[in-house]
This record gives sequence, C-alpha cells and structure tokens, in this order.
Amino acid sequence: MPHELTLEQTIKGVSAIVIEELKLEDVTPEIFDPDLDLIDEVGVDSMDLATVALVLQDEYGVPIDEDDYPKLKTIRLIAEYVLRNAAVKT
Amino acid sequence: MKTVSSLLDSHWYKRYQKISKLNIRSSIYDVTNQCNLRCKGCFFFSSGEDKAAREETDLSKWEAFVDAEKQRGVNLAILIGGEPTLCLDRVEAFYSRMPTYCATNGLIKVPRDRFPDMMVGISLWGDEDDEKRLRGKDTFRVSSRNYQGDPHAYYLYTITPKQLGRTERIIKNIRDAGLKVHMQLLSNDEGVDGFYWRTGELADLRAEMDEMLEAHPDTVVSSKYYHKVITTGKMLDRSFGWAECPSVSEHLDTRNPRPRRLIHFVRWASDLSTMHRCCTSATRDCSTCKDGAAHMSWIMVNKRAHMGSARDFQNWIEVYEMFAKLYQFIPW
Repeated sequence: MPHELTLEQTIKGVSAIVIEELKLEDVTPEIFDPDLDLIDEVGVDSMDLATVALVLQDEYGVPIDEDDYPKLKTIRLIAEYVLRNAAVKT
Repeated sequence: MKTVSSLLDSHWYKRYQKISKLNIRSSIYDVTNQCNLRCKGCFFFSSGEDKAAREETDLSKWEAFVDAEKQRGVNLAILIGGEPTLCLDRVEAFYSRMPTYCATNGLIKVPRDRFPDMMVGISLWGDEDDEKRLRGKDTFRVSSRNYQGDPHAYYLYTITPKQLGRTERIIKNIRDAGLKVHMQLLSNDEGVDGFYWRTGELADLRAEMDEMLEAHPDTVVSSKYYHKVITTGKMLDRSFGWAECPSVSEHLDTRNPRPRRLIHFVRWASDLSTMHRCCTSATRDCSTCKDGAAHMSWIMVNKRAHMGSARDFQNWIEVYEMFAKLYQFIPW
C-alpha cells in the first residue's frame, strides 16, 4: 500500500469496495456516510464482512482477523483499521 | 440507499437491534450412533449415518474437540444423535464450554442439577397413533412427564400428513404440560406409506400452522413467514435446494457460485473427524427437503435480500427472533 494514503482516501476506497461487493444501490463512495452503522443501518452481516475483508486484503495487503469483525462497524472504523495495520506491517 | 431505519418504525427497529449483533455460529454434532428408539423416517438411521463413523468413546478427546470447535469460532453447539442423552458425559463436554442445545426424544430426563439451563428440544411426531406407528411408542406420555413446566425445554413437533386438521389437540397438550412448541415438517426419508405430502396438503398445513400460531401465541414459537417458506420451498423469488441451502458443511461445500451460507457450519459425525454433507441426510433430495432449521437458516443468511420492503424485513426479523428464542439467545 502506498505510504502516503490518507484516511480520507482510504475511506473512499473502502466505501467503493463495500458498495461493489455488497451490490449496494443508490449510493456512491462520495456520498456514503463513513459513520453509518453498517450492521444496524446497512444490514451487513458477518458473511458480508468476510467478503469485504477478502477484497480489502487484496487491495491493501491487510488481513482482517475474524475476531475483529464486531469492531468494524463503520466505513471509517474499517479504514482506520486498514491504515493502522498497514502501518504496523510496514 | 435503503437503510434499516428508513424501513422500520421505532418498535421494529428496537426489535432488530436486539438481534442484529448476535452473530450466531452453529455447528451440529452427532453425539452418539446409538438411540433408544428406531423411528421410521429418521434420516440418521435410514441413510446409514449411524454406520458412517466409529464412535469416539474417549471423553478427553471430546473435550479437546469442543475446545477446538470453540477456537474455530463456533458459539452454538447443536447436539443430535442418535440419542444424546445416552451419553451425558459427552453432552457435558459441550455444555460446560459453550451454549448448547440438545435434541432428544425425551425418554431420558436431562438431569437439571448437571445441566441447569441447557436448552432441550424434545422430538414429537404426532398423536399417540402416529407416534406408535412411526416410533414404536407414545413418547409424549413419558417426555411430557419428564419435562413438565421446564423453562429450558420445548417440543419440536414434526408434523406429518396424517396430522392435518389434528394439530391443535397436540398443541393444547403441550400447553397443558407447561411447555412450548416449534413446528416442522416430516420429509419422509424412509418412504413410509401414507406419509408423503400430497398436492394441496402443504397449503392446507400452512393455513393450519398460521391458525395455531394465532390461537396459541404463548405456546407456539413460530412465524407465518417461516410457515410460508417451509411449506412452499420458496423465499422471495427463489426456490430452496442444493444451490441455495445454507447448511452444508463448510469443508465439503464445493458449490460454485457459493451461496450465502452459515459461516463455519459443519455437521460432525461421532468419530469427531468425519463430516456429513449437511444438517440432514446426504441421501435426501434437496429440492424436497423440509428441514426446518435449514429453511430458517436460509432466511437468516439472506438478510439484505429482505430489505426490499418493510414487510419483507419484518418477516426476516420474526424468523431471526424465532431462531434466537429456540436457541436461548433471547428470552421467550
């Protein structure tokens, strides 16, 4: 992952992956509220998260531990997780 | 984008929030190959699953196995058999380590001093005549005495075609025993004469199940949407079958594309290494499978597919609540 990636850019990237993988309609990365609760509001379940996690790993090289799924409630939290763990990795 | 709060009013939203983060991960375990009954139509014996694996008898291996299952992410053990109560030490290996549900014919009482709050599902296949014909004895007479008033037990009433128009008497008997009941359908794996579902009967049964739920809401744990799906084999615009079933053992699931499924689900044989294909018999034709848990799970794993309308999503919530009650993740 490029070191200069910002939180804002990562949020957009994660939003695009979530929209694409979960086939969400009527939303784009630009308007996806990064603080929207994915479970309580979008209806995401653990299978959805597993699907998204695989793509995130390909895209950012950051594996997501299944035990961490419950913490990843919003796009922002996922983006922060990705950046934090990418930083640890590098 | 449709969101949950845009679909639901505050009453339904609160109900949704009580279940939305439960993250139930179940697997099914054959505790033993032995049973104290030999029911006609039991998939375990009719498909030879009782001979599929040599039963592990070393209790320490069961304990280590359950620890490994917990590490694998399983948080609900569903114990079936044979008859699990014939091997209570093995049942205890699960119960002492994770939330556990024990299916039983109810002939042996689970000692509540050892298993104070383990959920027990007691099988029942009909009235006295059907029970004697299919199972060799009227199990209700014994099981209702063993479990009378038990708050951690309910009847799993497998409705047969012979029971059409006759379910209310049984449900009242269960109510009078201070117990609850969940209904499912006989798949007739053994082809018992007179127990096949005929055209039109399933529609009649659906209406009868709906009536029972309306008439006995404090006794019947169910939902009308579940009745619809299990009697028609249809959910939204899709048909139940191999391509859709969520309850296929994870390591044996070679389907491509892989449907939405229960994460980490495996049905283990009693040797603790053999996996069965799915939650029921591998010899069963999936297109006519009537397995209640598989149909419930089918609905549950397809949450976002039910977000097309408020009614669809409320249906999904009701089914998830039903499952969560039956396995004690939320109170009755």
